[in-house]
Amino acid sequence: MQEAVIHVHRGGPVVALVGNPNCGKTALFNSLTGSRQKVANYAGVTVERKEGRLTTAAGKALRLLDLPGTYSLHPRSPDERVTRDVLYGRAVGERRPELVLCVVDATNLRRNLKLVLAVKRLGLPAVVVLNMADLAEGRGLHIDTAALARELGLPVLRTVAVKGAGSAELRALLDDPAVWRAAQQVEIGASAGDAAPREAPDGDHDTVRRMLERLGLDAELPQLGSDRIDRVVLHPLLGPLLLALVMFLMFQAVFAWAAWPMDAIKAGTAWVGQAVADALPDTGPGFWLSSLLVNGIVAGVGGVLVFLPQIVILFFFILVLEESGYLPRAAFLLDRLMGSVGLSGRSFIPLLSSFACAIPGIMAARSISNPRDRLVTILIAPLMTCSARLPVYALLIGAFIPPRRMWGGLQLQGLVLFGLYGAGIVGALLVAWVLKRLTARGQVRTLMMELPAYHWPTVRNIALGLWQRVQIFMRRVGGVILVLTVALWFLASFPLPPAGATGAAIEYSLAGRLGHALAVVFAPIGFNWQISIALVPGLAAREVLVSSLGTVYALSASAGETATALTPLIAHTWSLATALSLLAWFVFAPQCLSTLATVKRETGGWGMPALMAGYLFALAYGAAFVTYRVALAFGA
Amino acid sequence: MTGTQPLTDAAVGASATIAGVYVPAGLDDWAQQLQDLGFMPGERVTLMLRGRSAADPLVVRVGLSTYALRSAEAACVHVSR
Repeated sequence: MQEAVIHVHRGGPVVALVGNPNCGKTALFNSLTGSRQKVANYAGVTVERKEGRLTTAAGKALRLLDLPGTYSLHPRSPDERVTRDVLYGRAVGERRPELVLCVVDATNLRRNLKLVLAVKRLGLPAVVVLNMADLAEGRGLHIDTAALARELGLPVLRTVAVKGAGSAELRALLDDPAVWRAAQQVEIGASAGDAAPREAPDGDHDTVRRMLERLGLDAELPQLGSDRIDRVVLHPLLGPLLLALVMFLMFQAVFAWAAWPMDAIKAGTAWVGQAVADALPDTGPGFWLSSLLVNGIVAGVGGVLVFLPQIVILFFFILVLEESGYLPRAAFLLDRLMGSVGLSGRSFIPLLSSFACAIPGIMAARSISNPRDRLVTILIAPLMTCSARLPVYALLIGAFIPPRRMWGGLQLQGLVLFGLYGAGIVGALLVAWVLKRLTARGQVRTLMMELPAYHWPTVRNIALGLWQRVQIFMRRVGGVILVLTVALWFLASFPLPPAGATGAAIEYSLAGRLGHALAVVFAPIGFNWQISIALVPGLAAREVLVSSLGTVYALSASAGETATALTPLIAHTWSLATALSLLAWFVFAPQCLSTLATVKRETGGWGMPALMAGYLFALAYGAAFVTYRVALAFGA
Repeated sequence: MTGTQPLTDAAVGASATIAGVYVPAGLDDWAQQLQDLGFMPGERVTLMLRGRSAADPLVVRVGLSTYALRSAEAACVHVSR
């Protein structure tokens, strides 16, 4: 589920967005280019440069670069290095920008303007974009843009990027040839071609302070609202309790709220399967078409589609937490725990992103400055249960765990799901702890993490985010899942059984034989040949395990009978021990090729992905083995 | 009542003025990083929250920004007593 779409447009002058983390660069990028890049309320959402096309008011086409946020031109982590390299014209495959849009958080000029001065000193033409102007006004900060422009010697514009305000003025300003010329006061030795970082931060600090004094903006403003929330949220006792409660509610809701829409999708799938089976003849070529459509596509794809509501609910919670500014607080609360296993709270946000998908999580690890911590975070990211595993968990829990209500009205199914997510987290902490014993001697790691002011999540942003997740999921269902399902149907249908064969046809097919061969490896952990064969296409995308099981079991059923409902089928044919073993396997299993490919790209070699695949496979096999044997011993 | 104290010893909720930022040997990066975040002599700083007994991490307000700092990081920031 890679969400970073990099647009490449050739030609046109390059305009770069530069600013402190979390000042709204990506929101401005989206409003200027019509893109829908991810925005959230924490530092480090953007970890790579992204490009879009910006058209000025007069219709001139420009290339707009969105760069990772940085506090200064002294990078402390790989994502900040990207920004510095682009500004110095050192980035591979990118020319130096012709113009810099310095995005400034209007509520925090004191820190933001220092970066503006540093950028100006590079000799690049710059325009200052005063973002979050509405929040500043709300806090009683009345910024005189004309006076600020005079002080800085740069054009200043006011925007509210999340609402798209000010973007028309900005487009018009970019048609003015004057803004494309560098400000006159280029200091000696810092000409455009000079690559050495030359900065005078102390001087800049005093310059900004005097500037704000002259503008009457040097007052200290209390942030009563956020501070009051923080007194509860970061409270040594209440804080962790609240965090546990939020996480727990999230997993309860995944089961409790999804029942109705899931039943509707199931009923729809069954109806379509029956309608297709009725419409097509049972013999000749029609039989094969019917089998492909009903046993292949409807059983396979429908089996995955049914989990859409649960994925939407999970992302609803993640998006609300991201938008509100709660995530860095959660990182704060977990910093001590992370510290005890040799990581810092900074690893928390990449790890949390991994609950959506390990790929953006692994990329988000670029914001970690300590290289060892970054590698450890990448290695344990796949242990966070990604949303592609949710269908597998949900299928097995739905089939084997009774929907019983426990004390206090808690759902047993939600509790088991919470436990599985917990098992992944505990596993990750254990792995990090082992790695700490092996590699982290005498390491000092920095936290220094900004806690942004809280914002109310907007309905529009949440709805937009959810819609994007639905699109990503549907693209997977219509793309890789559909293709693999059809491929598996062919492998599971041919070659045809010999005349006079007694078992189901699939037993004689290529997939059947391969499954029986693989089952030798997986029999000690209780997997039958159907599971073994379904694991293979699951390497491309984990949800495919569900669609593959759907296809394999549909084809195993006697001819003419449609078996689109997988849940009752496996509930009858698998032992509880097998189901628990498969759950344990999925907590750890490294079977996602795109994750391994991302790790290779991010670490620059095959060493890390090989290590990751090896240790995860060993863990998964070990955990499944122990689970299976213990469950058998208890008679499950 | 002259002299300074590390921010970690300051009272919670009381605003103080930064006297200087002193980084232990071998951690020179921290000086630049703390400076970038706004920990500069003369700035007003407030220790907002202290964690449990071990006091790690801390919430610190400098200027208009709020940061989570490890106590080792906060100890580099010295404030007027």
